[in-house]
Amino acid sequence: MNTPTSEHHHESHDHHEHHIPKGIKRWLYTTNHKDIGTLYLWFAFIMFLTGGAMAMVIRAELFQPGLQIVEPNFFNQMTTVHGLIMVFGAVMPAFTGLANWLIPMMIGAPDMALPRMNNWSFWILPFAFIILLSSLFMEGGGPAFGWTFYAPLSTTYSNDTTALFVFSVHIMGASSIMGAINVIVTIFNMRAPGMTWMKMPLFVWTWLITAFLLIAVMPVLAGAVTMVLTDKFFGTSFFDAAGGGDPVMFQHIFWFFGHPEVYIMILPAFGIISQIVPTFSRKPLFGYASMVYATTSIALLSFIVWAHHMFTTGMPVFAEMFFMLATMLISVPTGVKVFNWVATMWRGSLSFEVPMLFALAFIVLFTIGGLSGLMLAITPVDFQYHDTYFVVAHFHYVLVTGAIFSIMAAVYYWLPKWTGKMFDITLAKWHFWCSLVSVNVLFFPMHFVGLAGMPRRIPDYALQFADFNKWISIGGFAFGLSQLIFLALLIKACRKKGEPVSAQVWEGAEGLEWEIPSPAPYHTFETPPVVK
Amino acid sequence: MGCRVKRTLSKMSLVFANVLALPALAESATKVEQYQLNLTKGVTDISEKVYDLHMLMFIICVVIAAGVFGAMFWAMWFHRKSKGAKPANFHESIKVEIAWTVIPFIILIVMAVPAAKLLIDMEDANQPDLTIQVTGSQWKWHYKYMDDGVEYFSKLATQPEQIQGKFEKGHNYLLEVDRPLVIPIDKKVRFLITSDDVIHAWWVPDFAVKQDANPGFINDAWAKVNEPGIYRGQCAELCGKDHGFMPIVVIAKTQADYESWIGEQKDIIAKAKAEEQRLLSMNMTMDEAMTTGEKVYMANCAACHMPNGEGLPGVFPALKGSQIALKDQPAHIDRVVFGVAGTAMQAYAKQLSMTDMAAVITYERNAWGNNTNDLVQAKDINAAINGK
Repeated sequence: MNTPTSEHHHESHDHHEHHIPKGIKRWLYTTNHKDIGTLYLWFAFIMFLTGGAMAMVIRAELFQPGLQIVEPNFFNQMTTVHGLIMVFGAVMPAFTGLANWLIPMMIGAPDMALPRMNNWSFWILPFAFIILLSSLFMEGGGPAFGWTFYAPLSTTYSNDTTALFVFSVHIMGASSIMGAINVIVTIFNMRAPGMTWMKMPLFVWTWLITAFLLIAVMPVLAGAVTMVLTDKFFGTSFFDAAGGGDPVMFQHIFWFFGHPEVYIMILPAFGIISQIVPTFSRKPLFGYASMVYATTSIALLSFIVWAHHMFTTGMPVFAEMFFMLATMLISVPTGVKVFNWVATMWRGSLSFEVPMLFALAFIVLFTIGGLSGLMLAITPVDFQYHDTYFVVAHFHYVLVTGAIFSIMAAVYYWLPKWTGKMFDITLAKWHFWCSLVSVNVLFFPMHFVGLAGMPRRIPDYALQFADFNKWISIGGFAFGLSQLIFLALLIKACRKKGEPVSAQVWEGAEGLEWEIPSPAPYHTFETPPVVK
Repeated sequence: MGCRVKRTLSKMSLVFANVLALPALAESATKVEQYQLNLTKGVTDISEKVYDLHMLMFIICVVIAAGVFGAMFWAMWFHRKSKGAKPANFHESIKVEIAWTVIPFIILIVMAVPAAKLLIDMEDANQPDLTIQVTGSQWKWHYKYMDDGVEYFSKLATQPEQIQGKFEKGHNYLLEVDRPLVIPIDKKVRFLITSDDVIHAWWVPDFAVKQDANPGFINDAWAKVNEPGIYRGQCAELCGKDHGFMPIVVIAKTQADYESWIGEQKDIIAKAKAEEQRLLSMNMTMDEAMTTGEKVYMANCAACHMPNGEGLPGVFPALKGSQIALKDQPAHIDRVVFGVAGTAMQAYAKQLSMTDMAAVITYERNAWGNNTNDLVQAKDINAAINGK
């Protein structure tokens, strides 16, 4: 695959084009980046609905005070597995799916650099999640210690299915690392002639940096779960003070992974928004170079802020001060990005097609999440915010209206390129407006109950939180139902219903992927284009 | 909240505070405040400073958001294609880029300076007037007055029937305990916080104190309360099944009231010790043991082993039909008294009286069809603890 220019190769691919395998074998054996991208995206969507169903259980229980629907132990399993599924099953695979579809098309490469590994990195994922989900049905239930699995709750005090949790996280990590290697090798080696570093689309840039973050921190997560495994089953004492260990060390290790992980889930989103906003503003992206530098600084800073998740663990004042200041610093490059998007729109010629609607919602709602993040960085007030619904509100603003809205924006933006047909615009607008309203009814009041003192991860709460929680639950159910509109739209799109679209699809869209026909042929850029 | 504005805030923050607190103010004091929107101001100098810093941050964030969204909505309205806007072609400006890197940096410094000062004050727990050790365990708090030798456990007092919806929920639903912590006002009280099992976090919003309770390590925090009153909080770190059911209640009293309270506690402890000695030589009847035992079981054991004795399969073992509860009585006593290391089973020797332990073991050996007819007496427990 590394010699896409050879004539012979070209012919053989043409030959293959007439023999795309049919049925299940096509999907099991595929090494085609577009097929694998599709697999990743559908997998992510199924996981999104699965994790969402768990969120519905959580919200149903919290609809009113008292225990009505589930037992506290099962409630804890729901919050834990909801988090794990959304992070590792929905957001990360969706971004990998987009990377698979788009990076080769954006840099003028015929496929990903390592197609067999690509197949493997996808196909181990379903097994990881089957293992994780099956533990819910075993004696003692699934993991109930939060997605952050703090020791010793996850070691001495957890049940035996913890071993399955550890194993599934290992597989997810291996999949992510392989995906990241593939992205890096592809971008380094397979750019078309003339596609210099500073000509690469920002989605490619942000994914390249994300891939380095993944390779840096996924092994740390693997280390953390392995230590949990040996502490629980093999008598080690990494996190047990009685054996000379330290439970707080677990948190340092976990968040050394966990904070860069946050940026793993948002940097590709920045890339997507940076593709979409210029298209519908009909104006080049403002400050391309500064976007690249800002992304790089965010990635570097993400390694020195981890302990802001741990201000209440009893760190020395000096450490608290350092992590507070370093965290505040991250808002500078993040601010640069938001300002650049607004400057791109400024004096443009704006139109509001569905991808742009999601992108605009992203900018506003992600900024709200970013600002509450800045408040959380301030150590003295974080003592009040920490582990309350204020934090839950914050990270759902950056992850749902941030990462997930960007994924939806991306799907609407590139879906016509993938299928060759325009999606059902009416359904898409229903999906957007229902999601936008309900997601704010869902997450905005969480700021208030958090400030008023409601801790997170509790199945029942004091009476003063009752009214807001009812609204939050109603918003939650509405947001959940809204995603079924998206499901209907996607099924329709995959059955190739709709108006045929041009190669460019959107007036104002620029880049190599808009120069190939719609739908994108099974094999593209077997002869590399020349980028001027 | 809201009616006790002591500290002078900027005018702006006052307006915001009032707007945010309005629905809360409208409620009468006896009703539950359903719509508290903002952070609690609290009753210590520190908690008020924390509130002020929170308002400062909030206002800065609102101003930034208004600026960014204002520019964005302006562009969305006036620079739209349907209004015939023609796109400009600018896409770079070093001056602008430098400006919006440097200005946020300056704003950050404005935030960081007061935050750093306040942080140093908060973390200075030196020279306390009074020290209390706070120990979390699944799912209760233990308070120990280091200077007076008074110590006790503090557990959720809400009836299970309220949680299950069989009874109407009370005013302080889930925020009430059997024995609150009592502290004097106007004194620097230092809390030494630790845990016996998993990580918990001791949080009283009115004091702006939230500190993790880490097993094997001791953290400190402090509060100097300005006003007598009852202040409620909750465990803030996920600590297992009943994490949502381990509240904290602190009663702040004047020095005189506090001293008389401490005196009473010492009397109670002395009496309890004498009573325990007296009961050692007495025998309970089966009926007495079963009645007391059931009460003790529901308060201390049912959270894990469940009211029906069946436990949670794979998580907490069943007592109903268990070999230890049916046969091996010494092992049963040993487990209750000393706990089981490396598991969630706690040692009850320091939590329950010998009589209560004897009663609960009797109950466990005779309830739910465990019909052993074994009757355990306080002296059997005494033998296990102090040797024969």
